[in-house]
Amino acid sequence: MTAHMLHIDHLGHRYGVGPPVLADIQLTVPDGQLVTLVGPSGCGKSTLLRCVAGLTRPAEGRVTLDGEPVDRVPDRLGVVFQDYSRSLFPWLTVRDNVSLPLRRQGLGRARRHEEAALMLEQVGLAGTGKQHPWQLSGGMQQRVALARALAARPALLLMDEPFGALDAQTREDLEDLLLRLHREGGLTVLFVTHDIDESVYVGDRVVVLAPGPGHVRADLPVELPPVRDQIATRALPEFTELRAEVGRAVRPAGTATP
Amino acid sequence: MKRGEALLGCAGAAGAFAVCETLSRTGLVPSADLPPASEVLARAVELGGQAAFLDGVAATLQAWAGGLGLACALAVPLGLLLGSVPAANTAARVLIEFLRPVPSVALIPLVSLLLGSGTATTVTLVTYAAVWPILFNTVYGMGETDPVAKDTLRAFGFGRFAVVLRVALPSAAPFIAAGIRISAATALILAVATEILAGFGEGLGIFVAQAGTATDGTRDVLAGVVWAGLLGLVINSLLVGAERRLFPWTPDHRARRA
Ligand SMILES: Nc1ncnc2c1ncn2[C@@H]1O[C@H](COP(=O)(O)OP(=O)(O)O)[C@@H](O)[C@H]1O
Ligand SMILES: [Mg+2]
Repeated sequence: MTAHMLHIDHLGHRYGVGPPVLADIQLTVPDGQLVTLVGPSGCGKSTLLRCVAGLTRPAEGRVTLDGEPVDRVPDRLGVVFQDYSRSLFPWLTVRDNVSLPLRRQGLGRARRHEEAALMLEQVGLAGTGKQHPWQLSGGMQQRVALARALAARPALLLMDEPFGALDAQTREDLEDLLLRLHREGGLTVLFVTHDIDESVYVGDRVVVLAPGPGHVRADLPVELPPVRDQIATRALPEFTELRAEVGRAVRPAGTATP
Repeated sequence: MKRGEALLGCAGAAGAFAVCETLSRTGLVPSADLPPASEVLARAVELGGQAAFLDGVAATLQAWAGGLGLACALAVPLGLLLGSVPAANTAARVLIEFLRPVPSVALIPLVSLLLGSGTATTVTLVTYAAVWPILFNTVYGMGETDPVAKDTLRAFGFGRFAVVLRVALPSAAPFIAAGIRISAATALILAVATEILAGFGEGLGIFVAQAGTATDGTRDVLAGVVWAGLLGLVINSLLVGAERRLFPWTPDHRARRA
């Protein structure tokens, strides 16, 4: 039996007295799976992610991680937000940004720096530790954010449209980097995107969230070889078929915008 | 400051100098009321070689630094508290709005009466005047903290207190520094003004006050004023320089570098 690390049970949410944003979300993610969560802007993806992270307390239902209810920010969590320039701390060096989560584990300074250097190497940024985030390109900054999220060896990695602000080439490089780290590290990932192609290329499984209020419209396994290639994989008939299926779920016939 | 700006600044000063010199030399204004600028300047330089005068300047600067330091020690922690605990802010609002419009100079007689006319009075008044800009800038800067930065730290498992110290404080630091720079100017005004009103002891203000009662003391009064202005200018440029070095990530300073 596989361990079900993340369990979302009848989750619903509204902000204050506003309209419901999420309704009756039901989702179980086994250990080591990379689930992409795709849906149009405003359908509640970020809200769902925040509920899983323990940053927002859902109005209804609950989230459990390894059987433990999430009522505060869980341990062993890594988070990457879309807006790297606001998420990285400009007053800290790259190294201090990456090693910040390790402070919570009580590691000494030397050990933290060692770990940070290792993580930076993992994301292809060896030797940048002494620079400041704002001295790096957008793609490099998001690599730093990824290194920071992985520094504390999280069991669960949450990513909210992490590559949405990057140019196409950088975005593909980072998608492949994420896939490699996922394969090697075996971590569980919840990856939010509004890009249908990306959701299929990166995911082991695609969950389509539909608006009004946000609910799961489709839950599709991705049957593509685990080692993927930007050109070869995207040319596979399985890829095109699944992309079309996700596309239909995101934008059902008749609702397509002109 | 760019070269062009520096040149324009020098040109402006030279122009004012020429006007004062001409007014006095041509007899448009009696030279007892307005001695020629060159004489005032010569006297100011001469004063720079007199140990007694320099001791006075040192005494004024000491009171200034003591008051400003005390103001920082009070206003920054208080600002952190008011900026992070909304209830504390609400509770303090009425008191602060009552105290703020009271001109510090108006308190000079009262404080002199209570503390006598010595360093304690000067430091107290300097502190009082310097607290407000630092306090308001700290609270304002805390309010400007990016919610994404706060969420990032929370997602790595840090608590409320850590968020204040590790995110809100550093991101408010440029605002706090600007508040300190504003306070530094006000503090200098208060230090000199308190001395002038107190009238005896040691200090730049004392020098000006005593010259003001001497026959033909206008030249000394003005030379003292030149010194006060110069101190203000030097202090301000030092603080601006420090801000630029300490907070290179702020958009303002980054644009300057580019
Ligand atoms: N802090 C908030 N307060 C009130 N409404 C919010 C807040 N955050 C998001 N919303 C609303 O909730 C809905 C879902 O938002 P979000 O979860 O950010 O969607 P997505 O990430 O899919 O774009 C939107 O209508 C948005 O306006
Ligand atoms: Mg979002």
